Amino acid sequence: MIEVNNVTKHYGPTVAVRELSFKIKPGIVTGFLGPNGAGKSTTMRLILGLDAPDSGTTLVNGKPYVEHSAPLCEVGALLEARSVHTGRSARNHLLALAQTHGVGRARVDEMIDLVGLHDVASGRVGGFSLGMGQRLGIAQALLCDPNTVMLDEPVNGLDPEGIQWVRNLLKGLAAEGRTVFVSSHLMSEMALTAEHLVVIGKGELIADMSVADFVASASSNVVRVRSPRLPELIDALKAPTVTVKSIEPSLAEIGGLTAEQIGDAAAAHSIAVHELTPVQASLEEAFMELTQ
Amino acid sequence: MSTTTVAPSTGVKSAGVQSPGIRFSGVLRSEWTKLRSVRSTIWSLGVAVFFLIGLGIVGCLVVESRYPNVRHDFHPLSQSLAGVNLAQFAVGVLGVLTITAEYSTGMIRSSMCAVPKRLPVLWAKALVFGAVTFAITLPAIVIVFLIGQSILSGHDLQVSLSTPGVVRSLFGAALFLTVMGLFGLGLGTIIRTTAGGISALVAIVFVIPPILQAILTTSLSNDINPYLPLSAGGSIWTINPDSNTLSPWAGFAVFCGYAAVSLAIGAVVLRKRDV
Repeated sequence: MIEVNNVTKHYGPTVAVRELSFKIKPGIVTGFLGPNGAGKSTTMRLILGLDAPDSGTTLVNGKPYVEHSAPLCEVGALLEARSVHTGRSARNHLLALAQTHGVGRARVDEMIDLVGLHDVASGRVGGFSLGMGQRLGIAQALLCDPNTVMLDEPVNGLDPEGIQWVRNLLKGLAAEGRTVFVSSHLMSEMALTAEHLVVIGKGELIADMSVADFVASASSNVVRVRSPRLPELIDALKAPTVTVKSIEPSLAEIGGLTAEQIGDAAAAHSIAVHELTPVQASLEEAFMELTQ
Repeated sequence: MSTTTVAPSTGVKSAGVQSPGIRFSGVLRSEWTKLRSVRSTIWSLGVAVFFLIGLGIVGCLVVESRYPNVRHDFHPLSQSLAGVNLAQFAVGVLGVLTITAEYSTGMIRSSMCAVPKRLPVLWAKALVFGAVTFAITLPAIVIVFLIGQSILSGHDLQVSLSTPGVVRSLFGAALFLTVMGLFGLGLGTIIRTTAGGISALVAIVFVIPPILQAILTTSLSNDINPYLPLSAGGSIWTINPDSNTLSPWAGFAVFCGYAAVSLAIGAVVLRKRDV
């Protein structure tokens, strides 16, 4: 469980986050969305104690991150993947971190195998591709078997197979009861992975709800209606909150009403309906609408 | 490099990891792993050893070959220790790099997430770096001493280990280099960039003292001169000091003071600033 309580942080004159509050619960994957510059990285850095907030507190499982006796076992984080000394080997990098917590080589090798870096583990990290660097970052995040996994753009640079692997990994971690907090710009992937969303913009909280609710709240949810007597049906449905977009003479997209409402209205007026399909907004559309 | 990477396995990570929590012994082990696993360490220490042994031997060979034209201020020990003056650069740079390389590569984020109390990392770096530097430079100094003195014995110019002050000088030279490196570590922690840290080290040790001596009155200059880094530090390993230097261990204590102050300021800055 992560708690962000009313945190504010300035960098010089810029306000990066302002009175931000939310809780991230265990057992599900929570997505962290926001445009560039919204304050996502800042928020994660505040949670990890890398930066100090001007006001407010962040708690991980009830305590500030810095006060845990084994912090890497509380939160495993991937911020920017380039947090590695390029002259060092992947294995030595992970080993140096593991040793601070008394975790041994066996676990390091296990993580290297898990992320598929076995063949390159002894080579300089400076020679890694973007995808390999990301996988090393994921290995680092999981190194001490953390209760909370916090990842910033984990699928950046991964091929489709890698993206699917991360998705399954995150869902598996959440199913084990861990807290999983992931930020990403890849909306389609987020829609498949996350159950809950925290959306921020310009340093402030915009939305904190399930993915289903978030998508449902988008105004681009419409119902495709095809009817031989479409104009009559549209007349019957007219209301200030109803939008109608004509596509063909007998096909329209109607917004502001549910499919049930349209179907019932058609039945009440004995109008035949040949197609009645709810079209849900994509996560991307909902997000764009909310953050404009 | 060629990358034939295996596709990542799809298994969810396996059962738990036993961690006793962060302990200082673990942080020490971690810093030793960091120090030994990058090439810059080997290079810097290799260069230091090269200067120590190489210049010392060359110095003694030159004296031998010029005999009986021996300089009036010649002392056999300082010939053997001629390399210390250059080795101090190599060691100082390594001290700076030990911390600034983490900032320049972003590794500092990983380190500070692993040890969010931060200061144990600095103290562990100081201990590991200090121990390694001392352990490498002392044997090199003893070796160059023995070889150099055996060269000089051709014309009976040598001193031996039993000559008063020699053992202290040899030991002191290794201590001097170690503390110079720690001074670099402190400055690097404060300034956080490699170029800045090295510039500060060079400025404080080599550039500012001559400037002070040039602009201050003679009496003021004479008063502060023994406390300047090279004079203070030099009192423990140089022979034939001029009369205006501190006694060996007093001078070394002052030199340690430079390193201690830089590390203390570095610790405060490390603790308080955003990473």
